[in-house]
Amino acid sequence: MSLVPLMILPLLGALGVALFPGRRAKWIALGVSTATFLYSVVLAMAFDWHDGGFAFASDPPVGWLDEFDITLSMGADSVSMFLVLLTTLLMPLCIWGSFTAIRERIKEYFAWMLGIEAAMIGVFIARDLIFFYVCFEFTLIPMYFLIAIWGSTNRAKACIKFFLFTFTGSLVALAGFLYIAWQHAALPGGKWTFDIARLTTFAATGLSATEQAWVLLALMTGFAVKVPLFPVHTWLPLAHTEAPTAGSVILAAVLLKLGTYGLFRFVLPMVPEAVVEYAPVIAVISIIGILYAGLICWVQEDIKRLIAYSSVSHLGFCVLGLFALNPLGVQGSVLYMINHGLSTGALFFLVGMIYERYHTREMSQLGGLAKRMPVWAFFMVFFVLASVGLPGLNGFISEFLCLIGAFTASADNAAYPGVLGPWYAAAAALGMIFAAMYLLIMTGKVVFGPLKEPAATNNSHGVKLPADLTFREIGVLAPLAVLCLYIGFQPKPLTDALQGPITQVLAVYPETVRQHLAENAPAIDELDRVILTMTETDSDRNKGADDG
Amino acid sequence: MADKLWFLIPEIWLFVGVVVVSVMGLSRRKMFRDLLPLVVCVFLVGAFIITPLLYSEQRVSAAGLLMPMLGKYVKMLVCAIGVILTMLSVGLIDRGLEASMSAGRTRFDPIRVNRGEYFSFFMLSIIGVMLVCNANDLIWLFLALELTSLPTYIMVAISRPSRKAQEAAVKYFFLGAMSAAMFLYGFALLYGATGEIELTKLRDVFAAQAAAGGLNRVAIVGLILTVMGISFKMAVVPMHFYAADVYEGAASPVTAFLAFVPKTAGAVALILILSTVGWAGHYGNGAHGLPREILTALWIMAVLTMTLGNIGALLQRSAKRMLAYSSIAHSGYILIGLIAGPPHGLNAVLFYLLAYGVMNTAAFAVLASFERKGEEIESLADLAGLRHRYPVMAVAMALAAGSLIGFPPLLGFTGKLYLFIAGVDAGHIALIVIAAVNSAISAFYYLWLVGLPILAQSTPQSETVVAKSVVWPRVAAVVTAIGVVILPLFAQSLLKASQAVTVERETTVLDVTLVDDQPKHPTSP
Repeated sequence: MSLVPLMILPLLGALGVALFPGRRAKWIALGVSTATFLYSVVLAMAFDWHDGGFAFASDPPVGWLDEFDITLSMGADSVSMFLVLLTTLLMPLCIWGSFTAIRERIKEYFAWMLGIEAAMIGVFIARDLIFFYVCFEFTLIPMYFLIAIWGSTNRAKACIKFFLFTFTGSLVALAGFLYIAWQHAALPGGKWTFDIARLTTFAATGLSATEQAWVLLALMTGFAVKVPLFPVHTWLPLAHTEAPTAGSVILAAVLLKLGTYGLFRFVLPMVPEAVVEYAPVIAVISIIGILYAGLICWVQEDIKRLIAYSSVSHLGFCVLGLFALNPLGVQGSVLYMINHGLSTGALFFLVGMIYERYHTREMSQLGGLAKRMPVWAFFMVFFVLASVGLPGLNGFISEFLCLIGAFTASADNAAYPGVLGPWYAAAAALGMIFAAMYLLIMTGKVVFGPLKEPAATNNSHGVKLPADLTFREIGVLAPLAVLCLYIGFQPKPLTDALQGPITQVLAVYPETVRQHLAENAPAIDELDRVILTMTETDSDRNKGADDG
Repeated sequence: MADKLWFLIPEIWLFVGVVVVSVMGLSRRKMFRDLLPLVVCVFLVGAFIITPLLYSEQRVSAAGLLMPMLGKYVKMLVCAIGVILTMLSVGLIDRGLEASMSAGRTRFDPIRVNRGEYFSFFMLSIIGVMLVCNANDLIWLFLALELTSLPTYIMVAISRPSRKAQEAAVKYFFLGAMSAAMFLYGFALLYGATGEIELTKLRDVFAAQAAAGGLNRVAIVGLILTVMGISFKMAVVPMHFYAADVYEGAASPVTAFLAFVPKTAGAVALILILSTVGWAGHYGNGAHGLPREILTALWIMAVLTMTLGNIGALLQRSAKRMLAYSSIAHSGYILIGLIAGPPHGLNAVLFYLLAYGVMNTAAFAVLASFERKGEEIESLADLAGLRHRYPVMAVAMALAAGSLIGFPPLLGFTGKLYLFIAGVDAGHIALIVIAAVNSAISAFYYLWLVGLPILAQSTPQSETVVAKSVVWPRVAAVVTAIGVVILPLFAQSLLKASQAVTVERETTVLDVTLVDDQPKHPTSP
């Protein structure tokens, strides 16, 4: 089996869409993306989920620049496979979901959709840093056009902000990658290479603590923008709100995961010492993001913007879980990537369906839609509950794992000591309460209560949409709902499959953390002693003064 | 000597072309005058084919040049881009005159037609770049550089019948003369410090001086003056002041020429001059790299060039001025390669010249394809909504701009990646971070070039823009835009070609003098 068709199929499809007449564009796109999905399912069946290594490597990889050993090598472990499956599943749904919403420049739209699919899959299966970087960057272009052409009113600002933020961040990350590769090449007898496996092994041991800190800073700059973490999240609400529905779905479900995937794939294994050193800082930043974005959600009037901010909040949990540095947290985090993709993606679909009917997303103009569209209301409540983290649905399990990971990531954990602790988990858990509040308030206003519809309604574009969801729209939402339910009840197969890669990534951590704790412990003792002597002398002096 | 002459065959061949073209331009028959660009292309293609045949191993080893293989790559590059630039210039010169002659209002007057002269100067300038590659002494280098520049002054002046063009030409001429004086002064000091004018001997003297405790002070001053003077050709800060005005004043095809041909000449001349001192790091600072003073000067110039170029471009509303400033910024990126030096830096420079030549020419080709009432378009607003009427041109512009940003997987990314790797390899991390930040800044204004043609709606102003009647600029735009997409696939072989140039040089250098006992890479800082 080979991973190449996963990228080639959408690329050829994009070409085909561009060449064939516009009427067939959407059907070609749907067919190609479905074929890609089916192929990825076949791959998943052939994949050994308990192996933990990288499968389907092309051997030898196709070279691009031999001098620096830049290749187009591919490979997938279970984390990659899950994310690839998420992408290939969502793409046909996104394409199907935009059949009526997109009315102009149809060919271009579907060509870009397939283009972005190829790039996103490329990110997850790349085993060469430059190849990874090329795909990582290339996702920007289709999304830039998707927002700029089919976005809503404020799209010009949104697309430029989105592009500049992400582009700047990833250039700095590239500098960090180049630094690692250079250090590898500067070894006695070293050669330039961009092979991820080799550079990872090298970086973890070959870089000094200071170098690791700098590389961490560079990589974090790139990935934090994409995740996005506070305070570089400002592009996201704008981009999400302005993008067309399918664009928002892709952004939330997959593009944000490129950032957390980068953290998992590069930051954790490459610079362990620096990660241990700075994990509390990053955790605090994520928690600020969780709470701050949660508070912002609370006061949002625009439903889409609310869900956009809720992504910032949710992704904070994901990062927190990663930096818990124990299997529970990291498992939770990777599961979170998948679950957030399913539930938030579906929420964006739902908002898009409302927008297509009423051309507004303002909560003040909508209300009691359960009366008008019961099916829509069912799905809305379902996915809101999944997103809030209701036990039995998928959001719960990953959020819980992330929190318990952070909770147990304290120095006295025997197997996987960490540098976080109960306080971090407690602070983040507040975010769950916020999430429940803002999402349920929104649902209460929009779904229940007295019916309220904006005056100028329905179908200004001429395509008649029934009041409630069509078969097509249900078809888009149903697979996501089924998956949410399945993962909610049966997370075990997933967590089992994730075991292998996560153990590998975390292999160096217990030792590094112990070392870090051992190094810092005497310093604290020292400080204590100084403080102690200071207070003693103080009291001595006071005593002296009293005596005098 | 005879071996050196072999290498001059492409130049001689092109010179024949210059004579043919200038005579044909005086022909009474319109057909002959219209054939001029085709003739130029034939000669350029001829030179392109001849060049690789001349560089046999035996001739290369006997030539005694500092960097004997340099010519092969650069000459072929200049000829190839030259063909594209010729396409841009079709129908540019004497448009009004030709029109009134065919309408019968004016009679043919050999004094008034300029087309032949334009194309002969065009080819002379290209010959100048080719001669720079063959230079083995300072006087040859000076003459070759001036042969590159002098014709461009006239090309700017006759490129369009407007006062702006004449103002630009005069400005360009005086500042160019000043820069020539500057590097000539530098050459004089170099001669004073070493007693040699041949580059190979200069290198030996420098090596001897370095071994005896450091370079002569006079030589250092001479080198810095030379570098500054030559950097005028590349529009490097602080010698960049002319760029915006001249680029704006000249017609777009000439601007495309200015942005590539003199820049290439300058970069190649700098490669030669800097090679005489070498990057082996013998000169007092203990580390790998250029002598400290020159390194500092170049480092500051590179940072200023990138930053001021990009910031300048951010502020423009004229597409041509924006591309002028962006061309300054790209010179800054090229300086990174010069600072890094072998083993990767020089190849990266040569490869980047190719990438820059293709993508920048693509951008100018789109501009050169359009006009409004016979005047060429300048402002960015003229490009708004180009997609509606000329979708192919809009896509070509977007591709060119994307490549200029350095966006993967386009050609500009490959070039920049190679430059960055070269810079990192030489240990200049700070410089690379600055360059990366600059690339990000540049995205801001290049996005206008993507966004306006493809995304914006047409405005009443941009509706009046129409394509020129000649098709060739558009053909050039399409060809270069395809090149921007396709060439990265052949990056491997293109890199090999640029490497052959410096691989040769290293062997000749190493067995003459420099016994390099420094480690190839500095250990981690």
